[in-house]
Amino acid sequence: MEEKFITKNPLSLQLKAEDFLPANESEKQEMIIMRESVTYWKDAFGRFRKNKLAMASLIVIIAVFIFAFALPSIYPYSYEQQVRGSENLAPMEYSQTELALKADGVQVFPHILGTDNLGRDLMIRVMMGSRISLLVGVIASAIILVIGSLYGAISGYFGGNLDMAMMRLVDVIYTVPDILVIILLSVVLKAPLNAFFEHESFLSGMSSIGPGLISIFITFSLLYWVGMARIVRGQVLIIKEQEYITAAIALGAKHARIIRKHLLPNCIGTIVVTTTLLIPSAIFTESFLSFLGLGVAAPMPSLGSLAAQAIGGINSYAYRLIAPSVAISIIILSFNLFGDGLRDALDPKLKR
Amino acid sequence: MTRYIIKRTIIVFLTIILISTITFFLMNTVPGGPFLSEKSPSKAVLAMLEEKYGLDKPLLVQYKNYMVALAHGDLGVSLKKKGQPIVAIIVDKFPVSARLGSVAVAIAVIFGIPIGCIAALNRGKWLDNLLMFIATVGIAVPGFVVATSLMIIFGVKLGLLPTFGLNSPLHYILPAFTLAFYPMSYMARLMRSSMLEVLSLDYIRTAKAKGVSQFKMIFKHALRNSLIPVITYLGPLMAYVLTGSFVVEKIFTIPGLGGEFINSITNRDYPMIMGTTIFLATILIFMNFFVDLLYKVVDPRVTLDKE
Repeated sequence: MEEKFITKNPLSLQLKAEDFLPANESEKQEMIIMRESVTYWKDAFGRFRKNKLAMASLIVIIAVFIFAFALPSIYPYSYEQQVRGSENLAPMEYSQTELALKADGVQVFPHILGTDNLGRDLMIRVMMGSRISLLVGVIASAIILVIGSLYGAISGYFGGNLDMAMMRLVDVIYTVPDILVIILLSVVLKAPLNAFFEHESFLSGMSSIGPGLISIFITFSLLYWVGMARIVRGQVLIIKEQEYITAAIALGAKHARIIRKHLLPNCIGTIVVTTTLLIPSAIFTESFLSFLGLGVAAPMPSLGSLAAQAIGGINSYAYRLIAPSVAISIIILSFNLFGDGLRDALDPKLKR
Repeated sequence: MTRYIIKRTIIVFLTIILISTITFFLMNTVPGGPFLSEKSPSKAVLAMLEEKYGLDKPLLVQYKNYMVALAHGDLGVSLKKKGQPIVAIIVDKFPVSARLGSVAVAIAVIFGIPIGCIAALNRGKWLDNLLMFIATVGIAVPGFVVATSLMIIFGVKLGLLPTFGLNSPLHYILPAFTLAFYPMSYMARLMRSSMLEVLSLDYIRTAKAKGVSQFKMIFKHALRNSLIPVITYLGPLMAYVLTGSFVVEKIFTIPGLGGEFINSITNRDYPMIMGTTIFLATILIFMNFFVDLLYKVVDPRVTLDKE
């Protein structure tokens, strides 16, 4: 007993053989004072989840996607189907023929939002209109994402005269009033695209989404990438000065590899946020064009063209304006809020 | 400064020439000539017409003629309006749009800036939340939704305000407010964040420590500097009001240039589309130029020249 007590003295310099044994697992664990390493995305998601408004808008966006892409396939009417005798029905109203069918015990699905002057069910048309809006928003911003980030990264990375020349082009496109050119292009592109799709039979699948949509994609991708290019260039200018890029160059990495593996992944936060905030502005522009009759070709509905049709009967059928207007506003609002939340989550430095 | 103005002026003119060129060649790729309609004239008449308007010449010669005429302020002749010169149509219609646009810009500025200030000064309180909620909705709602809702509520249901034409000051309320709604919301948000930023700066704290009154601190110290970012928005604001006028003039049947532009597109009146596009683009480009200069004058800290 006494002997053990002496060896336990913490101030004792006496060393024993046991002190040199390798540490076991539990002892090792005790020495780790750091928390588990958190990746960039986990960290951002953690912050994002705390933002109630952004989470709510994410849920709304998912709901809108279900509404626009899943529901139409189980909905009993199609967007171009004209139900004879059920023209201009009010919401939940049945036509004479449908009432007769119901009296015979046949299940007739109600026209939840009524029908238009051609007997087309408005509910499915709003769904398809939302689908068009979402498609335009997502595809157009994906195109802009690719063009803008590559252009900006190349311009910023190489610098010098190439950067000068590339940025002057951006300056000029930036001064061009975009809506005017978009209107002009959608007028001009409509006819040749129509002809093209009729001629090329293997692309007939494409023609169902309409030349109007394709011209919107083309015009968007021609004009809207400049903002993205400027932002990415700004980021690249900062990142390329950092040591690990110098190290990569010293190790003999090629330019393409540096841009792909080092520069672009490190501006991913900015790129994602900019792309998300582009979606609502693309949807905004599409609905604007369709409202003026320059967007999606009939019979394909768009939220803008549905609203434009409803204005024709504003005195007798004012309720027809509500659904497309509410749908477009919800879509744009939720993407705006989602983008804002994403920005706060991905770039905490920006916050306040 | 002088160097910057010269440089920018050159870019402005280059952009205008570029836009005119793009417009000219794009419009010439559209299939179908201007004289092809359901009542097609005979070959001889067609040839005469084409000779008269110089359409039988090679494209490059036509381009040269168009640009020379443009430099002299001649935009050609409308096809659908019995040979009216396009310049005359613009002179006739543009003032209507310009008046409506100015009223809208005034509404946006007069309401947007105070709303932003009030929200910033009440940061985190219910008033801030309410105002910012309205502003967030405001930038998410397209112009045609605002227009039609206002029209249904105040025009059709309540019957308080006229819903078409621009004959009296009362007629301006709905269209001008529609045009102003988005920029007003945007400005309020911009104003709020810029005001909050300025309020957190050292010189404001110094002013507070010196015992400057709340009123003087806001109006004399904070407001001036927080207005600077808002000025940059004036350029996009003009662009928005101008393009927004297409929708608003169509909905409220206002005889302005925006509605005329949309009509010319549906009528396929190509010279009119070209003329209006070039005219509107020129106006926008100059507006942006002046806003940039104004920015420089207001805030001497801004260096426009990177060199």
